[in-house]
Amino acid sequence: MTTTDRLRLGVALEGAGWHPAAWREESSRPTELFTPNYWADLVRRADAAGIDFATIEDSFAVQSGSPFGADDRTDEVRGRLDALLIASRVAPVTRRIGLIPTVTTTHTEPFHISTGIATLDYTSLGRAGWQPKVSPRADEARHFGRRDIPEFTDREDPRLWEIAAELFAEAEDVVEAVRRLWDSWEDDAEIRDVATDRFLDADKLHTVDFERRSFRVRGPSITPRPPQGQPVIAALAHAEIPYRFAAASADVVFVTPQDIAGATAILDEVRRAERDVARTGEPLRVFADLVVFLDADEPASDRLERLDALGRPLSSDARIFAGSAAQLADEIAALGELGYAGVRLRPGVATDDLPRIADDLVPELRRRDLLAGDGGSLRGVLGLPTSVPNRYAPALAG
Amino acid sequence: MSTRARKQIILAAYVGGVNEHTAWEHPDAGSQIAFDTFRQVAQTAERGRFDYFFLAEGLALRERAGRVFEHDIAGRPDTLAVLASLAAVTDHIGLIGTLSSTFNEPYELARQLASLDHLSGGRAGWNVVTSWDAFTGQNFRRGGFLTREERYTRAEEFVRTVQELWDSWAEDAIVADKQSGRFLADDTVGRFSHAGAQFDIEGRFTVPRSPQGRPVLVQAGISPQGRDFAAANSDLIFSPFSRQPEAQEFYADVKSRARSFGRNPDDLKIIPGAGFVLGDSRADAEEKARHILEQQLSDKAVQVQFEQLWNRDLSAYDIDGPLPSIDPDPEAPPIIQGKAFIYQDRFETVRRWRALAEEKGLSIRGVAAEVSARADFIGTPEQVADALDAFIQNDGADGVVLGGHVTPGGIDEFVDKVVPLLQERGSLRTEYTGSTLRENLGLPVPERRGALAATV
Ligand SMILES: Cc1cc2nc3c(=O)[nH]c(=O)nc-3n(C[C@H](O)[C@H](O)[C@H](O)COP(=O)(O)O)c2cc1C
Repeated sequence: MTTTDRLRLGVALEGAGWHPAAWREESSRPTELFTPNYWADLVRRADAAGIDFATIEDSFAVQSGSPFGADDRTDEVRGRLDALLIASRVAPVTRRIGLIPTVTTTHTEPFHISTGIATLDYTSLGRAGWQPKVSPRADEARHFGRRDIPEFTDREDPRLWEIAAELFAEAEDVVEAVRRLWDSWEDDAEIRDVATDRFLDADKLHTVDFERRSFRVRGPSITPRPPQGQPVIAALAHAEIPYRFAAASADVVFVTPQDIAGATAILDEVRRAERDVARTGEPLRVFADLVVFLDADEPASDRLERLDALGRPLSSDARIFAGSAAQLADEIAALGELGYAGVRLRPGVATDDLPRIADDLVPELRRRDLLAGDGGSLRGVLGLPTSVPNRYAPALAG
Repeated sequence: MSTRARKQIILAAYVGGVNEHTAWEHPDAGSQIAFDTFRQVAQTAERGRFDYFFLAEGLALRERAGRVFEHDIAGRPDTLAVLASLAAVTDHIGLIGTLSSTFNEPYELARQLASLDHLSGGRAGWNVVTSWDAFTGQNFRRGGFLTREERYTRAEEFVRTVQELWDSWAEDAIVADKQSGRFLADDTVGRFSHAGAQFDIEGRFTVPRSPQGRPVLVQAGISPQGRDFAAANSDLIFSPFSRQPEAQEFYADVKSRARSFGRNPDDLKIIPGAGFVLGDSRADAEEKARHILEQQLSDKAVQVQFEQLWNRDLSAYDIDGPLPSIDPDPEAPPIIQGKAFIYQDRFETVRRWRALAEEKGLSIRGVAAEVSARADFIGTPEQVADALDAFIQNDGADGVVLGGHVTPGGIDEFVDKVVPLLQERGSLRTEYTGSTLRENLGLPVPERRGALAATV
């Protein structure tokens, strides 16, 4: 295998873990979920193990057992902190790991997203990414009171896909506006020319004058182009519309195959979406999401069963893996053979499974020489080009 | 005054963002964007036992007649993201950011500020500004812009709504009992409902009550409306008055407004922005100050300052000549865009500037030097400590927000040389007294308004 064939490993951080009862495990720190040390400890652990990136989930709605609105459960974690701010808080205390917070494209201003992620790129010295996410829930929309999103009760309701299509189209516009704002300063716009009393060269700043369906942004940004030029954009996708969104807008896509056949089919669908949207440049880096429970003193499957019995059993869009680090390494290797760039692991219990990933899985993958090495910036770590042309800069003559 | 205890001076450090006060030409001037710059200033201020680190906001690059300013520093990081990163490299200092009530939504901002309060262990603050200009509005899809009249109406309701959201979780809402399996105290935690002229929103807030309950609220704005808004709502006012007697007048005015709103005036602190220049002797300091001022008052900077007030193209005027005799043109489209307009009354200010020029025989540049000299405290460290202490003890203010002329190292001198002198005279603490920003500022924790959940 060449370095570029090797795999990248990410973790997806969500509260106490992805199992609704994760907070009840002995290791869990439920009263600390809203403290900086909890997050710093988790991300530092992943960083020290050489995990390539951590995503941080977010939503403007309280967590719920229902996909359509808040529930009235009191036996699961409810409440969360802003993901971009968590990522910003851990940036100075980590070294190499990429930091990819979720920020919604439905309610947050593109201008704020652009400066927020650019700033994370500055404070992390080039390790920032962004997971754009649409917010289809009616209760979330009512927190803003600016747009009406209908209340759904049935996943098969055709209106749901109509709304989703609208929100993904808007998401595409939001990402485009953000990307343009990142480019709105040429890299050498700051000239500090004392002789002519010019801090800037105004010719190297650009309005983006972006105007589409639901909004317009003028620009230029107030924040100069971030260190990576274009921080990494990573989208979660399960179906055709989001595949196309990822193909049009993202560098990385997280998908959710259940088995090898499904993994092959999804990869084909992603490549088709790339052709449909006439994607140019780098192909999407496709990562498979897996919820993981790793063996420890107690076999992982027993643990999962025990947690499921505590309240609401875990159900997930992604495959739920429970087993040994060696078995998981086999699955990851198989995904790599198919053409996956790597996996994003969702620890079932953050305080148990993240340490197992760090201490058992990563060494196992290293032993098999499956992991890529260092790469500097997050783009470098993911094998993306680290020099990104600025769309507004005049092409170099000659 | 003699019966009153010595006031403790409140100190804040400011990274001079995008303005002519920061001498980017100076050989020691560093990046305005690199995180190390912010880290260095915040850590130095913390070493000096400063109360808070402060960031201003501008949501559009400044322009003159449609072209981005070239002469000033421009470019700044996102306020909330940089403050959250600073929380990782400091332990005590407050982190206050300026955030517009016009170009944000209450739910999102309440969530970000409460998150920052959690992530900093209770050190967050919000300087509410009421930007209204259509120019800045062009960068935002929602909200557009507001008329001057509407902006405090929105700000009032915005702040009230944010406070309702902060109050939506009780201190003991999280039980997290692993044995019984109860995480939340009840199923209505975080529920809110607000129906007003500006915002009609309801649902559940996602952030548990933060260490300060309510992050510190700051206001910057000087109109009568702005003063009432501050007197009714704020913990601090960031004012532009760093010199007597205007400072004392402003101080007395807003403290009495606070009293008329039924508040203890001591719970509203007045903190103007101020500059300082230190030297080995007064003459040495004044020489340095003169040099800094010359750098700040470049031809372009002066022209822009006058053009903003006159709202006219003044490029034909000699900066070293007399003031324009024509009147301002407030009705024309703004020639200077994106720069906060901090003059109370355009025509009155012009009249004052002309009178000043007449009285002292000043050119345009000379007037600019008189009115924009930010170095309010100039002299040896002893002289600066004396003057600052006297300013505070005589109720010019309760503290100052200090910006060095050189970023990031400009504040070091103050911390090394002036802070110990203030501490010696008992006007500045030697150790942080509390763990939250509110505690360090001596501000009360507002009571949480009765859980809405109980009434719905
Ligand atoms: C000392 C001071 C600092 C200010 N800082 C900012 C700022 O950082 N960002 C901003 O958008 N507006 C800022 N403003 C502008 C105010 O938010 C407000 O728009 C302006 O003062 C007009 O309000 P007023 O009529 O009440 O004075 C500042 C104003 C003052 C007086």
